[in-house]
Amino acid sequence: MRKDTRNPAVSARLTAWLARTTAVAALALGASQALAADGVKIGVLNDQSGVYADYGGKWSVEAARMAVEDFGGSVLGQKIEIVSADHQNKPDIGSNIARQWYDVDGVDMITELTTSSVALAVHELSKEKKKIDIVVGAATSRLTGDACQPYGFHWAFDTRALAVGTGGALTKAGGNTWFFLTADYAFGYQLEEDTTKLVKEEGGKVLGSVRHPLNNNDFSSFLLQAQASQAKVVGLANAGLDTTNSVKQASEFGITAGGQKLAGLLMTLAEVHGLGLKASQGLVLTEGYYWDLDDKSREFGERFFKRTQRMPSMIHAGTYSAVLSYLKAVKAAGSKDTEKVAAKLKELPVDDVFGRGGKVLANGRMVHDMYLFEVKKPEDSKKPWDYYKLLATIPGDKAFFSLAESGCPIK
Amino acid sequence: MTTTTSAPAAPAKIASGRSGELLTALGVLALLLAAPFLFYPVFVMKVLCFALFAAAFNLLIGFVGLLSFGHAAFFGTGAYIAAHAAKVWHLDPLVAVVLGGLGGGVLGLAVGFLAIKRKGIYFSMITLALSQMVFFIAVQAPFTGGEDGIQGIPRGHLFGFIDLNEPLPMYGFVLAIFVFGMFALWRIVHSPFGQILKAIRDNEARAISLGYDVARYKLIAFVISAAVAAAAGGAKSLVFQLASLTDITWQMSGEVILITLLGGIGTILGPVVGAVIVITLENYLATLDVPVTVLIGGIFVACVLLFRRGIVGEIEHWLARR
Repeated sequence: MRKDTRNPAVSARLTAWLARTTAVAALALGASQALAADGVKIGVLNDQSGVYADYGGKWSVEAARMAVEDFGGSVLGQKIEIVSADHQNKPDIGSNIARQWYDVDGVDMITELTTSSVALAVHELSKEKKKIDIVVGAATSRLTGDACQPYGFHWAFDTRALAVGTGGALTKAGGNTWFFLTADYAFGYQLEEDTTKLVKEEGGKVLGSVRHPLNNNDFSSFLLQAQASQAKVVGLANAGLDTTNSVKQASEFGITAGGQKLAGLLMTLAEVHGLGLKASQGLVLTEGYYWDLDDKSREFGERFFKRTQRMPSMIHAGTYSAVLSYLKAVKAAGSKDTEKVAAKLKELPVDDVFGRGGKVLANGRMVHDMYLFEVKKPEDSKKPWDYYKLLATIPGDKAFFSLAESGCPIK
Repeated sequence: MTTTTSAPAAPAKIASGRSGELLTALGVLALLLAAPFLFYPVFVMKVLCFALFAAAFNLLIGFVGLLSFGHAAFFGTGAYIAAHAAKVWHLDPLVAVVLGGLGGGVLGLAVGFLAIKRKGIYFSMITLALSQMVFFIAVQAPFTGGEDGIQGIPRGHLFGFIDLNEPLPMYGFVLAIFVFGMFALWRIVHSPFGQILKAIRDNEARAISLGYDVARYKLIAFVISAAVAAAAGGAKSLVFQLASLTDITWQMSGEVILITLLGGIGTILGPVVGAVIVITLENYLATLDVPVTVLIGGIFVACVLLFRRGIVGEIEHWLARR
């Protein structure tokens, strides 16, 4: 590596070599680009190798495939195709793939979109390219608030619904003093602020909060403060590995055993499964779907389990519902024209395993019931994946912002 | 000139060396001009931005022997400043990118001033620590938008009349920045200043004994590298119309090391080839079932074990020996 003696012949040969290899690569890629055929193409874009690989991951792709199969495999006589990609949690990679899908590969709709930064980027892009996107895995309520757009939808949940569910319903159920463990960045603040508002609306009190750095490993001092506060509920306004780590360590400190309740503000079945019941028992959380709710959801859950060896979370069921609703809208519109399909999506009711009596607002928000769950004790769990006890059902109109409250200019 | 490896006359060798480099440069330029018609333009623009970023990094590692482990701080700062300038201040895209580059240069001056006081691993650690501080600011500062990043940056109109929302003008804009940056780096490496940098790399004690103010040379090289990296970041934020934490995390510092190592440290073309490979892998493997990170990690290991000079380095070495 310590050399810079440039041989003259070297450079010339290098040029020739480069030219040859690039020409071959160009031919190969050029050929593959020409294959973009018609049919209806749906892109599933999410994290398949990083921290959210279980949260949504390739299981969401499987859920999308199930939706296509249940719909019959074709719509308006055109074959339906699912493509998928791993955005690696990087908005630039996500944006690059989405652009290429829209511009070159003829993808008609992009869904899943875990991670708010990627979802916001694709949301912006879909507006520019006049294509439909249905966000499932991202949390930020900005998608249907100040960043809303006419062809963008938000399906499963958002920060508002989580706050109403865990904050509001839990306070109503008697958890009226709170202490927050908040990730020290905007997402954490927003979650804490939203939840605080609802806790106060229900007559509860916030005794204090402590901020921990992002991607923290040691929560001991924060958990001790939470314990000392004697609040009935310890709210975890964080996500991903931070939540998992804080739940684990809270269990080691005996927080739930000592009578305090842990409230995970952003958790799904996949994280509970990863933690195990021993560590996560007593945790309270909000989800939009649980496989063991009723016959309809059990039927879907078991079919999903057969294919993937795991039960679906609200992200997976939400992706299924989003794809199915899109296909129904295409059929009803009689074409895959973006304007017409978007109008149909907003017009048709959503009634499937995920959204019971759901409706879509003009800002793209799919409004449906949310559920407040408590994680069972290991001895109460009677079968594999028997994790949740239903505490309360939060009606959709209460869980989500109304059009006027959302701050979205679309009327 | 095609097969002679033992050219006897020195002047002839120099002359053909110049023309060889010129030919290489023209060949690459021709490829780049043809690229948007062969490949997806946004993808090629991304490769160009990363190639320029890696080339700036390579100026330090390849020609001064300084391993900076915090170059993402400059790349990200450039991206954020350019994004803010274009979105909030509504400045001309070129002005935005230049502002990004200047901002990165100023940051480079501060970081470099502290870091070059130490050598080797300590130098790398200081750059890493300072870049983590910059990352922290990016997470907290209100104007960066936290983990959402700055979204929906308008590409705008270059000089007020060239619409950069069209793919080809945008490509031309990025290509011009790339060519200008690469040319500047090439000139620096081949200037008397560059000779002194290489002397410092090869034997710092001797450079000092010859009377060179080594610290000042290192600092200047550091600032130039930071500014070019920041300009690349600024261009990238306009291409994707977003600037986010990805640009400024330490993983990005690692990625630029990978790109440079894979392509060939201390070669002009190495970072470009490395960027083509890594970015292509990231994008085209994304749609396969293989976990991208595992594959890139494997390639990194293979590169370190099997061809330490990097791809361009090995090819040059092999051609030179034939």
